[in-house]
Amino acid sequence: MPRDKERPGYVLSVAALVCVVCALLVSSAVVLLRPVQDRNALLARQRNILEVAGIYQAGQPVDAQFARIEAHLVDLATGDYVEGGDAVRFDIARTARDPKASDAVAADVDVARIHRRPRQMPVFLLRGDAGIETVILPIHGYGLWSTMYAYVALDGRGERVKGITFYSHAETPGLGAEIENTRWRESWVGKRLTGDDGTVRFDIAKGQPAPDAADFHVDAISGATLTSNGVENMVRYWLGEQGFGPFLARLRDGDA
Amino acid sequence: MTTATRKVLFEPLIVNNPIIVQILGICSALAITSKLAPAVIMSLALTAVTACSNAAISAIRHYIPNNIRIIVQMTIIASLVIVVDQVLRAYAPEISKQLSVFVGLIITNCIVLGRAEGFAMKNPVWPSFVDGLGQGLGYSLILIALGATRELFGFGSLWGHPILPLVSDGGWYRPNSLMTLAPSAFFLVAGIIWAVRTWKHDQQEQADYRIQVVHRTETQ
Repeated sequence: MPRDKERPGYVLSVAALVCVVCALLVSSAVVLLRPVQDRNALLARQRNILEVAGIYQAGQPVDAQFARIEAHLVDLATGDYVEGGDAVRFDIARTARDPKASDAVAADVDVARIHRRPRQMPVFLLRGDAGIETVILPIHGYGLWSTMYAYVALDGRGERVKGITFYSHAETPGLGAEIENTRWRESWVGKRLTGDDGTVRFDIAKGQPAPDAADFHVDAISGATLTSNGVENMVRYWLGEQGFGPFLARLRDGDA
Repeated sequence: MTTATRKVLFEPLIVNNPIIVQILGICSALAITSKLAPAVIMSLALTAVTACSNAAISAIRHYIPNNIRIIVQMTIIASLVIVVDQVLRAYAPEISKQLSVFVGLIITNCIVLGRAEGFAMKNPVWPSFVDGLGQGLGYSLILIALGATRELFGFGSLWGHPILPLVSDGGWYRPNSLMTLAPSAFFLVAGIIWAVRTWKHDQQEQADYRIQVVHRTETQ
């Protein structure tokens, strides 16, 4: 046992030693567990996509189910597929920060408040006997506190919503976080996001919509007006010309 | 197992339970017990952290300078909590997401630091480890009881398996939604404390003050 435990030199060296040992412990845990965590993140993403497409079967291996999904990267400006690249592992947030792979969004068109937009984005297709059955688009935008990330599933012509899932956000629990609420998300099913000419007519608001707009209307979440507005804005942005508009136009023409 | 070890291990289960007797760790007992599965995982995480931190701190207790002892204890506890958090993220990602911030908050859980300062600094490694284990198990006992009760009556299920058929699924049980909210855990903890104190009279505290009838003649 050391004789003088209060000597400054001794105190400092104990503190330094404890820090080094703890730092080694923490960093080796993080490094060793990273591969398992990455694999889980990938499986979670695949499961989200299967769920929003409405074909997820609990208890079945996710990778096997995901084999039915066709993944592509899309050049947003032209709406064409891009060869190569891994659409499933595509990291939207990281790509948006990369100046070589993204563009700044001008303030007047940045309704979703994303600031930077990747030039390419992933899309996921589910094909059936009669061609494309479901199209799944990743969308994101700013809510009240946080950037909300979601998948929206549309029918094969990109007209009606088949499902929506928010997979990452930090909105207020109990209020804005109700965007995860199953009943609210189900109220989207069958709605239309864009009109016949491809312009976005989707609207999230309180109260009764005009009769001709009922098809485009989803009730806002009570107590979460700003989050609801954020969700409406992200749909407006990503379904419009700035987002997947060109791709959806190709889809309507049947050449996707 | 010696009698002393057994006492250290089993006393925290009821007689010296950290939640219902020492009234520590209440925050997580309210926050994450709406379902059984997160309650069990949280219990395991806290038991592992308390046992390991007690053992580690006890092992170096003669070398820790007195004036930085709390910081050293916190550093060790925080490192262990981060390791546990990473393990949960790797092997139980769903539940880790549900527990969210509460795994990180084990660092500030009063039980862990309380046992480090109160027991591990004065006792050898093995008893300290057993003490951590015992305190963790006492915490786990209450958490699991709360989690099971709240999930059964609040959701009609246990560990996600339906037990009481819900009205919304065509059954007869209408879930008690108070049970899904944090205050219900507060009432349940209070109920458990009441029951244990009725059973073990020595836990009843003497009243600090007693209201007495004062006759006017005495005051004059």
